[in-house]
Amino acid sequence: MGSRESVAATNQTHIDKSENPAPMAATDITMVEAINLALARAMEQDENVVMLGEDIATNGGVFRATLGLKERFGYKRVMDTPLAEALIAGISVGMASQGLKPVAEIQFMGFMYAAIEHLVSHAARLRQRTRGRLHCPMVMRIPYGGGIHAPEHHSESMESMLAHVPGLRVVTASSPARAYGLLLAAIESPDPVIFLEPKRLYRISRQPVIDDGQALPLDVCFTLREGSDITLISWGAMIYETLQAADRLARENIHAEVIDVATLNPLDDDTILASIEKTGCCVVIEEAPKHCGFGAEISARIAEQGLYLLRAPVARVSGLDVPMPYFRQETLYMPDEGDIYQAVKKTLEQIT
Amino acid sequence: MRYPNDLPSPIQYLDASGALRHDLPANIDTKKLIRFYQTLVLIRIFDQKAVALQRTGQIGTYASCVGQEAIGVGIGEALKPTDIFVPYYRDVATQYLRGVALKETLLYWGGDERGNVYRGAAACDFPLCVPIATQVTHAAGIATAMKIRDQHDATLVTCGDGATSRGDFYESLNLAGVWQLPLVVVVNNNQWAISVPRTLQSAATTLADKAIAAGIEGIQVDGNDVCAVFDVVSYALRKARAGKGATLIEALSYRLGDHTTADDATRYRPVEEVNAAWQREPIRRLREYLHQQDHWNEAAEKKCLADCADTVQAAVDGYLATPPQAATDVLDYLFAELPMSLYGQRQQILDKAERLSLGGAHGKP
Repeated sequence: MGSRESVAATNQTHIDKSENPAPMAATDITMVEAINLALARAMEQDENVVMLGEDIATNGGVFRATLGLKERFGYKRVMDTPLAEALIAGISVGMASQGLKPVAEIQFMGFMYAAIEHLVSHAARLRQRTRGRLHCPMVMRIPYGGGIHAPEHHSESMESMLAHVPGLRVVTASSPARAYGLLLAAIESPDPVIFLEPKRLYRISRQPVIDDGQALPLDVCFTLREGSDITLISWGAMIYETLQAADRLARENIHAEVIDVATLNPLDDDTILASIEKTGCCVVIEEAPKHCGFGAEISARIAEQGLYLLRAPVARVSGLDVPMPYFRQETLYMPDEGDIYQAVKKTLEQIT
Repeated sequence: MRYPNDLPSPIQYLDASGALRHDLPANIDTKKLIRFYQTLVLIRIFDQKAVALQRTGQIGTYASCVGQEAIGVGIGEALKPTDIFVPYYRDVATQYLRGVALKETLLYWGGDERGNVYRGAAACDFPLCVPIATQVTHAAGIATAMKIRDQHDATLVTCGDGATSRGDFYESLNLAGVWQLPLVVVVNNNQWAISVPRTLQSAATTLADKAIAAGIEGIQVDGNDVCAVFDVVSYALRKARAGKGATLIEALSYRLGDHTTADDATRYRPVEEVNAAWQREPIRRLREYLHQQDHWNEAAEKKCLADCADTVQAAVDGYLATPPQAATDVLDYLFAELPMSLYGQRQQILDKAERLSLGGAHGKP
């Protein structure tokens, strides 16, 4: 894992951090293209990297994240599995135990539940229960989140279920460049990693990304925007609305610091607390239901370690404590830029 | 490829009385028969000892394999060191033959995961698996890795009859069929999944029939005849190593003991059924046969029992003398490298271990 000293450098995107002339030209690509680029790079660099999942080989994945990989690396390394999520997770554990690096795709988070037994009871525990004799360097990629008018069971944000599991690394990206660097890090990691892909951001924008094989650290938050008035903490797709709210606030001369948590487990408390030390207040923004959401963990850590840094109560903006609504009512559920803006204004009014 | 010996199902060479029903396969000679026998006896004695250790508070809950030893010995004798074994939790015989020391088995059931640190042929084997049937998918994954790497090895996984009701079992067989995996799945059909009998587990005529839907071969074998188990498993492993696909083997046996030491089987099954099952157990029939053939006598039996008792006692002594694990072991193997966010909990463990003056006496709460 990268040292904390490297955080400053990695807070920027891939592009920003390289001061020397890049060996390759940066290309403007979407997040899903960046993911594809990282997968191809990982397969090229390490013959133990294999891909598996439903519709990932010939079809290139329902989101096309694995497009062209079967043609390039062959069917033995890019495998269409039968339609069975528990099996996908279970065979990944078996393959990983023998030195392969399986990168499994679960098509939508709403279908991951059958796979969870293998993540909790085996992937996360294998190194521990064999005292290091075996380990499980698998990656499970899971597109997640709502806002794309998808069918039922296609829009969940259940990341806190995964972040609760000791022994699993849980990572999510919010830009093409961070998706590239974090996915490479996930595949390089000797630990099991859940890589959550905010599918609403798959094609929402383009960003220059250099395919230089550089991984990002898996245990730091990224400070996307500096500010001294309030700290906005989020991850995944909600970073998009959070940055929009920060823009609006800036026009009112309110300077928000925006932190992309990125690695939900392990969590980098230090970056969050250092920001709150500066701003004295914060809003935690998540798409998931509020009750036991990951925002609760962040809020609790702030209370435990930084209560006296706060000048106003911690605020949370989240989804509702309801099952993800079917798409006609999706907007009632999804936190938006207005919710974040209001929470910030209310928090600032409460400052003592 | 099909099992070549034209024998009625379930496959059996030695019947319950020790009479030979069919000529033994050529690869089972007298030396091998005696080795089978000695391991069966050793595991029976070990199993009795392990139950006694649990009753006296020296290990935790233990899952006895009494009556099912022939399945484990047959499998263990058929596997090659380059194959991978994925056990469930009644596989002490196979694990022993793979090189897992009996002391390690006790260490595991004594609540210490250092008992999962295997060496030798078992170095890449899985530790035993408690969540039912999940291990079958892991074995399918290992078989997939072998296939990807063009290895000519096989993966063998065991499960109980209850496990055949779970999705993981079907999903794995299905994959093994589609991908022609070098996988052998052995079901220890001991007739009882805790209190639920085989008849309430599935309406299938045989559990081996479950292979049909997956498009692989299913074979039913007398799991109390170590010769039959060895022969059928050897065949399935050969087939797998040759790239000819997967096999499901249903080994018919009977759980003569409780489900685990935490169970009381008298609550749900008649003693007559258990007594009848004792007449079919695997050890006596082989001893009878060896006697008939003049390969065994009272003196050999006496020596065998004494040697096995010594071996088991040495394992117990070694287990009880094992120094305690480091308190921080509870955390230090979770990730390849301890994340900074867990440094605080590591210190908390050290502080608590000091406060409680934690020693290392195994089995003592």
